[in-house]
Amino acid sequence: MITSTFTSQQILDWLQEVKDPEIPVISLIDLGVITNVKIDSNQKVKVEMTPTFVGCPAMDYMVNEVKSTLKKYGAHNVEVNVTFKNHWSSNNISEAGRKALKQFGLAPPPQYDTIVDIDILEQTPCPFCESTNTELKTPFGPTLCRAMHYCNNCKQAFEQFKPV
Amino acid sequence: MNKEALKDLLYKMADDQLILGHRNSEWIGLGPLLEEDIAFASMAQDKVGQSLALYQLLQELGENEPDIIAFSRNANQFHNSQFVELPIGEYDFSLMRHFLFDTADYFRFEMLINSSYEPLRLLARKLKGETRYHIMHADSWIKNLGNGNDESISRLQKSLEYALPYALGIFEESKMEESLISEHIFTGEIKLRERWMEHIDEILSKTQLILPDLAKESPHFGGRHGIHTEHLQPLLDEMGEVINSDPTADW
Repeated sequence: MITSTFTSQQILDWLQEVKDPEIPVISLIDLGVITNVKIDSNQKVKVEMTPTFVGCPAMDYMVNEVKSTLKKYGAHNVEVNVTFKNHWSSNNISEAGRKALKQFGLAPPPQYDTIVDIDILEQTPCPFCESTNTELKTPFGPTLCRAMHYCNNCKQAFEQFKPV
Repeated sequence: MNKEALKDLLYKMADDQLILGHRNSEWIGLGPLLEEDIAFASMAQDKVGQSLALYQLLQELGENEPDIIAFSRNANQFHNSQFVELPIGEYDFSLMRHFLFDTADYFRFEMLINSSYEPLRLLARKLKGETRYHIMHADSWIKNLGNGNDESISRLQKSLEYALPYALGIFEESKMEESLISEHIFTGEIKLRERWMEHIDEILSKTQLILPDLAKESPHFGGRHGIHTEHLQPLLDEMGEVINSDPTADW
């Protein structure tokens, strides 16, 4: 029997390959939806994930991507649990993730303590020209995690990954 | 823990989300402006997703799988409030329902963050964050149109008066309400109604709309115990049309 051993750091590195299916520039690790990786004494890999939004239709797809990517590297015994134990917040997006979002043309969410009112979405810096002369058009967008804005400076509509 | 009381609570929450989610989705393509079309579609998606998460909690407690629960029951087996099953009507009614229902929804999740039932506590924390956007959206439109012109104000006032007895039906107590409260599963409908009332009053006081005296209203109860209007069964028939054409098909 061939046994291979790997560390949870390796698992995390491999999972950098798995991107958000709707925003293919950001990995699930940088997005913060993979909340825990553990390897037990039998080399069974246990991955915990949590959805950005409960109604996210991409969850099953992402779970399968995690499994097939790890399989490619030889980790066959993988269990993925979707849990709300460490629930997702946009504060969980890494610095690298925020940069990737911006380059993709999606304004990254501001870090926040508590969302008091919809004002938190106003004057979002435009990802194209950096201007804050922008206005919120609607807190809802093409996917559950995005809001839509308009930049009065460069006259472009843009989307924001919204703070949750 | 009183499992039956807990299941009753989960059913009414899940059924409210499922039914209102489907009603909201009827605005797709019909919204008075593109942004509202998208808003109602997004809120519909949130609600249907939230109902799935709640049905999954029920499955963990031994109930059937979510698709079966959602699409194979008759109207008298649904625990949603009558409010959510009413047709979408015109935009003023849908907006008013969105405001009155989602405010209750938001504070229900907020109260459940302290539930003694851990899976519900964890889920509620998540759902509260999502529903925050729903009430911010509702509040801003109620304030805009409630201070708009004669037509917007009178339409909203009429919708408020029509919707209110149904909205009060949201807070119909469970037969096992005492267990829910004493076992700290949920703080109870009466406390929720008080918290709801404060917020509704606060927002409406910033508009030209007048909140009728709630003490004089008689709530439309019954939904929590399977008594529904004539509008629910046709909606369920439509929702289940595809799955019921071949219940054994693998999608």
